[in-house]
Amino acid sequence: MIKYEGKCIIDLYVNNEVRSVTVWPSDVLLDILREQLGLTGAKPGCKNGDCGACTVIIDGWPVKSCLILAVEAVGHQITTVEGLINAPIQQAFVDFSAFQCGYCTSGFLMVCHSLSLIHPDAPEYVIEEWLQSNLCRCTSYSEIRKAVESILPKNQNQELKDQ
Amino acid sequence: MIPEPFDYYQPDTMQEAENVFQVLSAKGICPAFYGGGSEIITMARSGSIKVHAVIDLKAIPECKVLGFYGQKLVVGSAVTLSQIAESKLFPLLEKTCGRISDHTNQCRITIGGNVCGTIIYRESVLPLLLSDCDVVLFGKNGIRQVKISEVFDRRMKLNSGELIVQFIIGREFINAPFIHVKKTKNEKIDYPLLTLAAMKHLDKIRMAFSGLCKFPFRSTVIEDLINNTNSEIKTRIENAALQMPDLVLNNVDGSDQYRLFVFKNTIENVIEQLGGR
Repeated sequence: MIKYEGKCIIDLYVNNEVRSVTVWPSDVLLDILREQLGLTGAKPGCKNGDCGACTVIIDGWPVKSCLILAVEAVGHQITTVEGLINAPIQQAFVDFSAFQCGYCTSGFLMVCHSLSLIHPDAPEYVIEEWLQSNLCRCTSYSEIRKAVESILPKNQNQELKDQ
Repeated sequence: MIPEPFDYYQPDTMQEAENVFQVLSAKGICPAFYGGGSEIITMARSGSIKVHAVIDLKAIPECKVLGFYGQKLVVGSAVTLSQIAESKLFPLLEKTCGRISDHTNQCRITIGGNVCGTIIYRESVLPLLLSDCDVVLFGKNGIRQVKISEVFDRRMKLNSGELIVQFIIGREFINAPFIHVKKTKNEKIDYPLLTLAAMKHLDKIRMAFSGLCKFPFRSTVIEDLINNTNSEIKTRIENAALQMPDLVLNNVDGSDQYRLFVFKNTIENVIEQLGGR
């Protein structure tokens, strides 16, 4: 049985690196990423699981880092927006002007990146379901949707056929 | 940040989970079983609940099962809503789980956590009530398997330290004709004004509701009225609306009268679509 009682040191596997941090078992991952690891790409928004600005990817799936304990992430592969290096979704956001103030952007990037890996052939309703997890108060929803649609392999194959 | 720190335990077996619960309780420590954690974390952060320790059930193999075993679908209590939705094993459960919270949260929320939650809607229980599923529980006397109607009355009624291991659903309910309707005030992602799950089984319509009262419920009284084809549909629906098990919710999301209006309209559509005329 794994136990964490009181303050303890844990190893987190973040962006392909092992990072040791000191946590209380009740610390949420978001706070540890930002305050101890300096990974401030995951944004604190509502800190209540509503806005999605703090989304990271754990073992390939999007997770709101304000709603997971840091100790739960031990042994799992965590990717933050800092770990996205030349991911197609990043260029797509630029190409489609899919942000305005940018506060929600890292969360959206993580959801879109995960979607493109897990459901490369995602039909429209799946894209809609996934994007509904995040809020953009500048209302860039249309551009964000176009950006994620552009990187899905099914659409890229169609583009090639059209050419 | 959670103002009052708690300890974390991740047992590997049901027995370990029960043991650690009893040991902590004996020390005067208040433990809580922990699934996805979204409710415990948000409520602990706001100070609405105080837990001194959480016992995470996600490493217990029996709680992670999802699949058919003979004529039964077995769903472990630590299976997430998104795993259920992605598995496409039980269409009504898939649809219901896919409309709870949002997709990213569905990747964390477990079916056991949702059914046992303190948030009043607990929508994932609706298909379980309709399918008369069995619930496998583990407590200090070991395993027991009971009908959900024996342990769910407005909420799960478990013994101290008892945990849900699995839900077991008969194959005859898996592909039964069904309807799932979730009505919200404004946004698609919201708590329900009304969530209705309906299923046709042995030529009768079964119905379970969330959002009408301060707990989810299935009412055989309402079902008998709705299935009484000797009376007019309007009469059946009006009579059903008089049989709510408790006061209808009346809050900023919707008045009691409006919720009943939505209830009546939705029921009419269900009867139409499931052929209860």
